[in-house]
Order: sequence, then C-alpha cells, then structure tokens
Amino acid sequence: MFRSRRRAIGIALLMILPLILAACSTTGGKKAAQGGSSVAAGHANTQRYTIAMITHAAPGDTFWDIIRHGALAAAAKDNITLKYSSDPDPTKQAALIQDAINSKVAGIAVTDPNPAAICPAIQKAVSSGIPVVMFNAGVANWQQCGGMSYFGQDESIAGVAAGKRLATAGAKHVLCVLKATGQVQLEARCAGVQKGLGSEGTMTKVYVNGTDNAAMLSSMTAKLTQDKTIDAVITLGAPVALVAIQAISSAHSNAKLYTFDTNAAEIAKIKSGAVQWAVDQQPYLQGYESVDSLWLYLTNANVIGGGQTVLTGPAFIDASNVAKVAQYAQAGNR
Amino acid sequence: MAQTAEAPVAPPPRADERVGRKSPMARLLARPEAGALAGAIVIYLFFFIIAPPFRNASSFSTTLYVTSTYGLMATPVALLMIGGEFDLSAGVAVTSSALCASLFSYEFTTNAWVGVLVALVLSLLIGFINGWVVVKTGIPSFLVTLGMFFMLQGLNLALTQTITNQVASPDISTLQGFGSAQKVFASSFTIGGVNVRITVIYWIAWVIIATWILLRTRIGNWIFAVGGHAPSARAVGVPVARMKIGLFMAVGFMAWFTGMHTLFQFNTIQSGQGVGNEFVYIIAAVVGGCLLTGGYGSAVGAAIGALIFGMVNQGIVYAGWNPYWFTFFVGLLLLGAILLNTYIRRRAEASV
Repeated sequence: MFRSRRRAIGIALLMILPLILAACSTTGGKKAAQGGSSVAAGHANTQRYTIAMITHAAPGDTFWDIIRHGALAAAAKDNITLKYSSDPDPTKQAALIQDAINSKVAGIAVTDPNPAAICPAIQKAVSSGIPVVMFNAGVANWQQCGGMSYFGQDESIAGVAAGKRLATAGAKHVLCVLKATGQVQLEARCAGVQKGLGSEGTMTKVYVNGTDNAAMLSSMTAKLTQDKTIDAVITLGAPVALVAIQAISSAHSNAKLYTFDTNAAEIAKIKSGAVQWAVDQQPYLQGYESVDSLWLYLTNANVIGGGQTVLTGPAFIDASNVAKVAQYAQAGNR
Repeated sequence: MAQTAEAPVAPPPRADERVGRKSPMARLLARPEAGALAGAIVIYLFFFIIAPPFRNASSFSTTLYVTSTYGLMATPVALLMIGGEFDLSAGVAVTSSALCASLFSYEFTTNAWVGVLVALVLSLLIGFINGWVVVKTGIPSFLVTLGMFFMLQGLNLALTQTITNQVASPDISTLQGFGSAQKVFASSFTIGGVNVRITVIYWIAWVIIATWILLRTRIGNWIFAVGGHAPSARAVGVPVARMKIGLFMAVGFMAWFTGMHTLFQFNTIQSGQGVGNEFVYIIAAVVGGCLLTGGYGSAVGAAIGALIFGMVNQGIVYAGWNPYWFTFFVGLLLLGAILLNTYIRRRAEASV
C-alpha cells in the first residue's frame, strides 16, 4: 500500500510539473524588471584590509539592507574584505565589537544606539589601535566614545525638518507611528516632529508591532478610527508606510501619509502619490562613507569631518525628485 | 463530551460521571472553553465601557481581522496541543510560506498561483519534517520545533537576501493571477455598512471544521487519545505516528493559508517577520483551555483565546492608553485566564 501510494504521489508531482512550466506570467515578475545592476566604481590596488561593520540592525529590515549595499560597494572599490555583523541587543552588539578587536581587523565601522553598552567597547577598540568610524546612531556621544568620524542624521533635526514641512502642508493633527517601543532614535524623531509643528498643530503617538503586518494594519486602523481629527500620518520606517496606506483607506480616513526612510516599494508609492514624501537619511551613503573613510585613513591618514558630524540627511524625496531616485531604489540602493 | 472523560487531570470518578446527569450549567462549565468565554465577555464589556470607539461595529470588525490572523493559526496549534505536541516554528513558518510563494513566482515569472502551490508543498513539508523527527526520535517537540524555528528564521533571511539581494520580497502585484489570488486570500466585503475581511470568514469556518473533527469524528477521538496517553492509544490501535505527523502538517497547512493572506494583502514580505507570533498562537490555545500536557482542549476555546488577545491588542489603542503596558497586560491576562480555567474546571468537576 505504501509503495503504491508513493508511486501515486510521484505521478501526481510529474503531472503538476508541466502545469507549473506552462503557467508563466506574461506580466510583471523578474522578466519585466529592468536594470538592478550593482554599482561598480573601479578597483583600488591598495593593500587588502579587513574592516568590520557592526550594527544594531533587526534581522530583515530593508533599511539596513541599503546601508549594507553602500558598505559593500565601497569595500569592492577599495579592495576591502567587509565583515558585517549585527545584533539589536546592545550587550550582544558590544560582544561583536570585542570579537572584531580580537580578530585584529584593520578598522571598525559601528552604530551606537546605546552609548552605555557600546561606548566602552568602542573605546577598547580605539585604545588597541583600531580606527573606529561611527554612523547612523549615536550622534550625541560619538566624540566621547572615541570615534574618528560620524556619518548620519541627527534624528531631532530630521524630526524638526519633517514637522516644519508638515506644518507648511497644513497638517493640524499628526499621528506619529513608532514601529517599536523603547528606542531612543524613534522617540527623538517624533519629539522633533512635535517641535517642528510648533503651535501649528498637535501630535499623537501610536506604537505598532513592526514584525507583524496584520497587527500593524489593525493598530493603525484602530487609531485612525478612534481619532477622526488626525489629518496626517507619519511613519518611522518604509515598511510601516506601506501598511499605513491600507490602514488609511480601511479607516476611511482622509489623512495624508508621510514617512521617514525609504525602500524600493515605498518609493514606488511616492511616485503613485499614495505617500506624499519621505525623509531620507541616505543609508547607502552612511554605509559607503563609513567604509570609504576608513580606507582613506588606512591608506592616506585622511580624516573626514574635522571632528564634526557629517550629516547624510535629512533630505526629502517627493514628487519632484522621485523619478531620479526610483531607478536606484530598484537595485536596493535607495 | 469524550474529551472530559479522557482528560488526564480528571480525578478518579467517584460515581460513574460519564453516564451521570448534569445540569446544563455544569455541562457548560465543564467545557474547556468556559473560562475563556467568561474572560472574553469581561474584557469585551470592559473595553466597551472605557473605550467609546470600541463600541461601533466597524471597529469591532478591525478587531476581528487581527483576531482572525491569529485565530487561523491558533486553531491547528490547539489541535496539535490536544494531540500532546508543540510547534514553536508556527510563527516564522507563515513568513516562510509567503516568501516561498512570492520568490518562486517572481524569480521564474510564473502565474502567482504557481507560487501559491509551491508554497503549499513547502509548508506541508515543513510540518511533515517537524512531525516525522518528533515521532522517529522521541525528542520533545518543544526542542525539535525550536530548532525548526531558528532554521526557518535564518533561511527566510539568508535565502531572500541571496535570491533578491534585498531582505524584503519583490513586488509581485503585476503578475498574472495576483488579482484572483488576492480575491481568494485577501479580499473584503461589506455587510450592513461594515467592512469585513475575508480571513474572518475563513477563520470561523476552520474553527467549525476543527470542532466537528474533534467532537464528531474518529480522528477527533484519536487526537484526544494520542495527547492523553500515547502508549495506551497505540495499544488500542490508534496510529499515533500518523496522527502526530498529520497534526504537524495541519499546522503547516494553516501556516500556508495565513502566509498567503499576508502575501496577497501586503504584496511584499519582510523576511524578518512572524517571529514571536508562535507564542501568541500558544497563548490563544492555552487561554482557550488547552492543557500544556495534551489530551484536553477545544478549537472554539482557541478561537476565544485569539479573540481575547485581539481585543486587548486593539482595545488598548482604542482606549488611547500607553502601549508600554500592553505586554504586561497580556501576561496578566494569560495568568488570569489560566487561574480562572483551573478554578472553573475544579468546581465543575467537584459539582458532578
């Protein structure tokens, strides 16, 4: 009985195969996708160095993908072996920095979302003679930690810029959607938005579960249903913005949608008008500059920034410039 | 009522309780879901009173939607727990299935339905592997599926990154068949001015089917028997291995179903999603009266458990509370539900 059943399954699978092959789509998919080639900017003939990049990225977040693409592009150009690792838990991230010190890398590029945990590890790296550049998170403390340069966006400045632009757009009641609880940089953004709005409008916060789309959709729908005076929604990440589009329509809300950060799918939504604009901190640039600046230091003792923060944002992507950005977004670089 | 007789925690009957007459109230209280039902009513009334937006039908429909996405998975997870096993990989398995369908149909530019079928095969295979390893090795399913959980989590990220060079799946909305698949898995309709998402209907349907299987079929009896005491079940001729593998595959099937909803509702899938939801499913089943030791529980209970979780999730937003309290509240609720369950069951058993 078992054998005949196996044979039956085998025959069934064989019958399905041609169906699958025949069922090709004439629209969309990979065949229709254009471009997408990665950036290549020559290749340095300098000595081969190993650089460790250690971030607090949550696994599977599209934002960090873009940073990594930038870092890889610089590494390929500069003849550098890039060792990328990440852990959202600060103590584990500190342990990863220690691992990099132990393996005697030539340079370290690191984010610092939690100075109390990360700073000592960075100082240890610096005192053992490894140059450290910092990026993305830790703008307030990077000099004290011993970083050589810092590439990123001041989240408060970005928030204020977004808030001011929202006020100009006539927003009276803004909903700030946080994808996680207890993250300093996210809170700083919302606080900045509030500050930027000034007396023009008010701001309410809602926290959603960033790892569950259905839960995100329901929470945002609930908030928009609960408070009908909300006329603007600003999300703190591109994946959240994509879900917010559905939340706004299912709550029959007239709120306009704005967001921090970008990914390919969201940039398409700016193009279509579903998202008004995105605050762009240029993650590709952060990853690229972090690696490239270490290479400049290792090969030519250059230091970028003169002890000041090198700001990679805020820039705005809106209807006026989205076409230019969209072509690079497809390759995961914006 | 077969399951109460087989519950391992039931004290040895003094009279023959199986044929004794009981009042309707006692019979209701003896059901596994009695405690959860009481809890759900209390929580509903609580939010009904303190959160005005919670009262209108469209808000409740939103609550039902998030509930259904948990409830769809909680149903087979409850059956599996009644059968005496756990599945910690259930949360990420949903994402695996969605990613598989999306990446397959995108990379090979096939009709979206092809990806859907390939994902079904994968999901059933994941369930089969879970079940087969548990049955063949006798290692607790907690450990086997914990391993599967980590493997799937890694595969989701690594394969998506390798194939697409990004960590989110590409846009498949322009593929042929996307529209019809969306109608099947992620449409919504309006009843009396209230927008209802189709997952709510599917969820209710699956709960009814699961309840019918549990209470009215031989397979249902076998599930209780396998979870109650596997060696005895085997001794009376129940195919224990096939039952357990089948239950794991049922979880796989529903992970596929839920994954397809997620894919066609949201179009692109972030590969890190779904982590943590396995506990929500287990919480729903436990709040709904399933015992961690197996052999006792119900599908309706798991549905009520999911509803409690969904109501708290949404109720806090409708009430405008500080969401930092959410997880505390969920934990408190879980503990309260378990205490209430234990209390009600003891009383019901004592008053026979």
